[in-house]
Amino acid sequence: MEAAMQNEAKICAESKTESGPRGPGCSLRHFACEQNLLSRPDGSASFLQGDTSVLAGVYGPAEVKVSKEIFNKATLEVILRPKTGLPGVAEKSRERLIRNTCEAVVLGALHPRTSITVVLQVVSDAGSLLACCLNAACMALVDAGVPMRALFCGVTCALDSGGTLMLDPTAKQEKEARAVLTFALDSVERKLLMSTTKGLYSDAELQQCLAAAQTASQHVFRFYRESLQRRYSKS
Amino acid sequence: MAEAAGVAAEFFASNRARAARAVLDQVVLPGEELLLPEQEDGEGPGGAGERPLRLNAGARSRVRVVCGPGLRRCGDRLLVTKCGRLRHREPGGGGGGVYWVDSQQKRYVPVKGDHVIGIVTAKSGDIFKVDVGGSEPASLSYLAFEGATKRNRPNVQVGDLIYGQFVVANKDMEPEMVCIDSCGRANGMGVIGQDGLLFKVTLGLIRKLLAPDCEILQEVGKLYPLEIVFGMNGRIWVKAKTIQQTLILANILEACEHMTADQRKQIFSRLAES
Repeated sequence: MEAAMQNEAKICAESKTESGPRGPGCSLRHFACEQNLLSRPDGSASFLQGDTSVLAGVYGPAEVKVSKEIFNKATLEVILRPKTGLPGVAEKSRERLIRNTCEAVVLGALHPRTSITVVLQVVSDAGSLLACCLNAACMALVDAGVPMRALFCGVTCALDSGGTLMLDPTAKQEKEARAVLTFALDSVERKLLMSTTKGLYSDAELQQCLAAAQTASQHVFRFYRESLQRRYSKS
Repeated sequence: MAEAAGVAAEFFASNRARAARAVLDQVVLPGEELLLPEQEDGEGPGGAGERPLRLNAGARSRVRVVCGPGLRRCGDRLLVTKCGRLRHREPGGGGGGVYWVDSQQKRYVPVKGDHVIGIVTAKSGDIFKVDVGGSEPASLSYLAFEGATKRNRPNVQVGDLIYGQFVVANKDMEPEMVCIDSCGRANGMGVIGQDGLLFKVTLGLIRKLLAPDCEILQEVGKLYPLEIVFGMNGRIWVKAKTIQQTLILANILEACEHMTADQRKQIFSRLAES
């Protein structure tokens, strides 16, 4: 018997310049989140964005090897496993980005000389993978009861050759885009925690993407809130 | 740029700190700030911090509020660090009471004074290393048993189950536990006997079962005669007359987390008949 809880919400965001096959008024894909679905890890979550799905498990605060322990805070480790094949350099770099985001938010000083491990498994990749991984990691950390000073979410923007902005792009849109930007934003003041970009874009376009991502993150945080309220309303 | 600033201002407005009293028993998320009752005067309907002038400036009483699990002090406010329901308990004597967040967790973090069930993993010199489910094993001195002296050592082997309480448990030091209370008596603590079954549940279920108004234990007691030990680290040890009864009891207790009261009564009545 598992205390699995499914929450599906269709989220729409108004963006200043948006176009794409999704139609007017809708920029983010369908979200779904399930928590506490794995029995072994201390916290687990599965996050679905359109067709992209990532499963996350969190272990911690647990024992740490003496070589890796830090005397005044928790050692945070992120492991990202791709859907097929062995993990390579791209996974290593994504792990580092996710780890830096989590370290900014998790209160590691409350658990010195322990380790908090986040394991992410890509179930299906249809665009905006890093943002989906960030969302799944956040939900799993909340499920495990790791103390955090804020929640965080990931939002991906793509700029195509005409300069139009697309939020939460699919794999095809990402391949055809001139630039793909991923931002991690925190829930308290929508501040930027992490950004990674690929491609060619101007300074004004960067600000535009950031503003659009901040608006979109509002909807992601509202979805988190509804999802967690539903989970606690069952008990 | 103008839209970005406008949007940011709107975000600030929606994230203003709320009064703790207003969100009692509601789900709170990490990152929220809560105002204590004495600070609400400043954030009145004027919004700009208008406060009525007081003739005696020293009359504002400062109450001492205890910040429980899931909350941290952040300046004058409380910062929520875990997701869960906000609870408050009124104080017996003076003071502002205790605020805490009721969250669902599986991993245990040692807290001073908690009674836990541990498994002895090693014996090194004068201390035992006991696994309590936290980030490091706790240490238990061989003299911390009732009637133990240097000549009269307790009979504890590796693999035994121990029921004890923490005397030292903070984030900077290795946790230490003992099997005697402050008067030197065992008071139920010590090595747990032979047979029986140890299993793990979530911390929230243990707190629910140990609450004073919980009927689950009484119903289970009417079903079969049993011995049961609850550890605050999520471990329960149960022993009944036969192995089958023990397994049935273990399954019922694990399932209690997800069942409503009606479903539970149905299962108990079915078992009582058979």
